[in-house]
Amino acid sequence: MAEQPTSATLAPEPRTGPVDAISVRDVTRDYRRPRTSLRRPSPPVHALRGVSFDIPQGQRFGIVGESGCGKSTLLRILAGLDRPTSGSVAIDGRDITGLPERQLKFVRERLQLVFQDPMSALDPRMRVGDIVAEPLVAQGHPNRTERVAELLEAVGLGADAAQRYPHQFSGGQRQRISIARALAPRPKIIVADEPVSALDVSVRAQVLNLIADLVDELSLTLVFVSHDLSVVRHVCDRVAVMHDGQIVETGPTEQVYEEPRHPYTRRLIAAVPTLGKALSGVSAADLNREYRP
Amino acid sequence: MSAVDKALDKAQDNAQDTKAAVASAVPEGRRRRRPMPGSLLVGGLIVSLVFGMALLSFVWTPHDPTLVDASVRLQKPSPEYWFGTDKFGRDVFSQILMGSRTTLFVGFVAVGVAALIGVPLGIVAGMAPHWFGELLMRGNDLVLAFPALLLTIMFSAVYGAGTLVAMIAIGIASIPHFARLIRGGTLQVMKTEYVLAARAAGRGPFSIALRHVLPNVSSLVIVQASVGFAIAVLAEAALSFLGFGTPPPTPSWGRMLQESQEMLSIAPRLAVFPGVAIAVVVLGFNLLGDGLRDRFDPKLEDRR
Repeated sequence: MAEQPTSATLAPEPRTGPVDAISVRDVTRDYRRPRTSLRRPSPPVHALRGVSFDIPQGQRFGIVGESGCGKSTLLRILAGLDRPTSGSVAIDGRDITGLPERQLKFVRERLQLVFQDPMSALDPRMRVGDIVAEPLVAQGHPNRTERVAELLEAVGLGADAAQRYPHQFSGGQRQRISIARALAPRPKIIVADEPVSALDVSVRAQVLNLIADLVDELSLTLVFVSHDLSVVRHVCDRVAVMHDGQIVETGPTEQVYEEPRHPYTRRLIAAVPTLGKALSGVSAADLNREYRP
Repeated sequence: MSAVDKALDKAQDNAQDTKAAVASAVPEGRRRRRPMPGSLLVGGLIVSLVFGMALLSFVWTPHDPTLVDASVRLQKPSPEYWFGTDKFGRDVFSQILMGSRTTLFVGFVAVGVAALIGVPLGIVAGMAPHWFGELLMRGNDLVLAFPALLLTIMFSAVYGAGTLVAMIAIGIASIPHFARLIRGGTLQVMKTEYVLAARAAGRGPFSIALRHVLPNVSSLVIVQASVGFAIAVLAEAALSFLGFGTPPPTPSWGRMLQESQEMLSIAPRLAVFPGVAIAVVVLGFNLLGDGLRDRFDPKLEDRR
């Protein structure tokens, strides 16, 4: 892994050579809760407490953890949509922490997001063609119509989908539209926030394979967040396990899966439903007993 | 470029396998429409009737609504004078027809002023940093706490009584209703992932407001406009009744009511016709607003 550039101003252009696609240093994020007492403010919620990791170019990096562990907060910070309370994030070696929006243009061009909820991720009042074209319009790309048709084909939807509205599509199809939109500005990094969690199991594999194929073909860097370890195992080379705003374990996916070191990881793996377990009647209470933070 | 395209082609081939399976899930045609709520139908009918009356009054009225004729004072309804005549011998039906123009005009200007200022204000308050949005809303509450009729009377005192002054004052008093509602809608839209996606795509706040927030709160605007219309009609009637609204001789339902007051024991019908007209129009716009709300409410989307 490459050394971190100390400051964005020293490295305004991405360096040639192995600069990490994303590097996160000691990121914390506190949320303030509404006051419940007149005498003192409510204690802040620590959504992230000292998260650090590096993702080399072209890696498929998984982040697993239960809901509420800070995964989504982390993603927003990675994408420059939220600011860390402390710590720093660098995209392609350029520090993005504290940069004003107009200096984040390179992030907008290089990093795109795929969201969890296929209902909320697409504007119900826009045609699919306009949705997919949005990053192209925002970034001033030419030949938008051709590009949109090409993208819709690439994700397995006909070009005629462009004229229709999101509600005319199923969950899996909507997620394909989200993927098409994310790929539109030819990003180098895709950040996917639970992209298949809201989908039927039958559609899940299709969408997962589509993401995996596209990431391979376009040699993208993938950050894939899920609460489901088996999904991450299917897609990612490396995985970080998050718990309560911290990363408790990182390693190659197979290794973490086969020999989990942290008790929380063990619990998470034990929680993956299998036929054997279902038949032998392991209950949620049993799983909780194995590890308490 | 070409490498990427080739890659897309390849990915497309892989996607082909799943395409057939996906295609079967596409619903045919448009989403099936929910049945139209009854209130929407009735409200729509009443409102179109009033619009019809107003349009008709431009080309035809049975008599000149402002023509004073002492020989036909206080006539009972007849084939000649459908709703009878008032104490000056003016035809009541013609006045009702002409009065609908004033009513609609008032509604449009008042709602227009309120929406034109209230909607942008609400969107700004919803998109701005939390503290600034709260500040705007507290100012909003101040205006809201001020009685609308009192504001209008103050305006009339300063700028002179007149339809336009009254309408603008009613409009200003209605701004907070729009601003508050639209802020709520904006806050909801700003929480969605498509706004996050738009930000990640590099859209600025202005584009997001115009392309995502405004279209998605437009149904709220339409509903509030319809209800606001009813409020404006009622306010104009009240002001004209008090003498701060439409000055004579322009027919106005509110002033017709006021003029009928002294005749109440001799010819109560003079109060009935404009009174019913006001009540029906207000009901119509309220029903329309309710119906539109039912129609647009996303929470009711899948109820049937």
